[in-house]
Amino acid sequence: MSQEKIIRVMVAKPGLDGHDRGAKVIARALRDAGMEVIYTGLRQTPEQIVTAALQEDVAALLLSILSGAHNHLFPRVMQLLKEKGGENILVIGGGVIPQDDIPGLKNAGIREIFGPGTSTEVIVNFIKENAH
Amino acid sequence: MHTEQLIDGVLKGNIRAIARLISIVENELPEAAQAMRSIFPHTGNAYTIGFTGPPGAGKSTLVDKVTLTLCRQGKKVGIVAVDPSSPFSGGALLGDRIRMRDISLEKDVFIRSLSTRGNMGGLSRAAGDIAKILDASGKDAVIIETVGVGQDEVDIFRTADTSVLVLMPGAGDDIQSIKAGIMEIADIFVVNKSDREGADGLIKSIQQLLDSNPNPGPWRPPIVRSIAVQGEGIDELLSAVQSHREFLVAGGFLAARRKERLRAEIIRLVERRISKLIQTQLRHNGRFDALMEKVIAREEDPYSCIDRIVGPLEKE
Repeated sequence: MSQEKIIRVMVAKPGLDGHDRGAKVIARALRDAGMEVIYTGLRQTPEQIVTAALQEDVAALLLSILSGAHNHLFPRVMQLLKEKGGENILVIGGGVIPQDDIPGLKNAGIREIFGPGTSTEVIVNFIKENAH
Repeated sequence: MHTEQLIDGVLKGNIRAIARLISIVENELPEAAQAMRSIFPHTGNAYTIGFTGPPGAGKSTLVDKVTLTLCRQGKKVGIVAVDPSSPFSGGALLGDRIRMRDISLEKDVFIRSLSTRGNMGGLSRAAGDIAKILDASGKDAVIIETVGVGQDEVDIFRTADTSVLVLMPGAGDDIQSIKAGIMEIADIFVVNKSDREGADGLIKSIQQLLDSNPNPGPWRPPIVRSIAVQGEGIDELLSAVQSHREFLVAGGFLAARRKERLRAEIIRLVERRISKLIQTQLRHNGRFDALMEKVIAREEDPYSCIDRIVGPLEKE
């Protein structure tokens, strides 16, 4: 049986905000699109997220943040990924992120930022096209 | 990374290499067989502990606490955590890590979440090979957590040295405990959430189950009380595992179990390869579709169909 390659992704909530409804909706949509979704729960440090992403060998990492600490936490995740050999992982951000902050985050290596109201289909397709 | 480099990395305990090789084996990529051949001579050193039980019994939390204690003793631990795949999309939501926070940054712990990918029996097909990879990477213990199981998912028994069945109070009457299946495979029973109502009753019904066994083996499974979230009962559980291990070694049962496991594994691999061969052949020349058409038209029956497919192979 030759099976179609299954995409493994991780959905993570860095930092201290306790709201993961959005992250769970995304996780569920990715599951329904046939992906294997690792969800690590709330309040993860960048170190925890990167360690898990490497052990799980995910093709994509989705970071959801609503606390406003994205300018600190996202680049930190990117830096750790680079240090530990995870630079090939596609990293996507989501949550409440002001337009003005997006160029800086992309500069740090976040490939795309999806704000509130993005349809899950858009995210699914983006991952399918960009994750290897 | 080339396969040789990858193997070398795995044997040195390199996280990226271990993670990559697991993916290769799980996806049955062409290089998987060669890689497992190279890995195999380096296995057999880790002690394998299986955790099984119904959903919500506290398996992941127990694994978290048990692993933390093992780490404090200087042990290296690999964890394989399995969750179910969707029968519709094939996707999965793997959430065992949520409960494994205490150990998420331990440098000697490697956790891998797996989907069953449609496999029945409580584990994924690759789980056994992945346990071997973790074994070869230098772990002292490999812990395998099954999906939340019902009554009949007993693959863990064929994969682990010691199988721990985690139960909780308030899940069914005592007739559940005398049904065949999962209750028979436990080397150790854990009654988790034992501060809840019904814990004493559950322990009593497990005791009765063990007492009324007409063919009791030389090992009587102990019953451990725990409250995993508070870390209670973890030391008792680990000492029960240790006792079981000593029992297996002293009686020569460990070698026998591992031998039986390898035998079953070889048969399974042979079956899988033959099944693949047949499927490829059938698909290849469209023979299967032609046969199907005849069956649908009632010109042929499914049983003669089998003879036509397997018959030529049996002659060879």
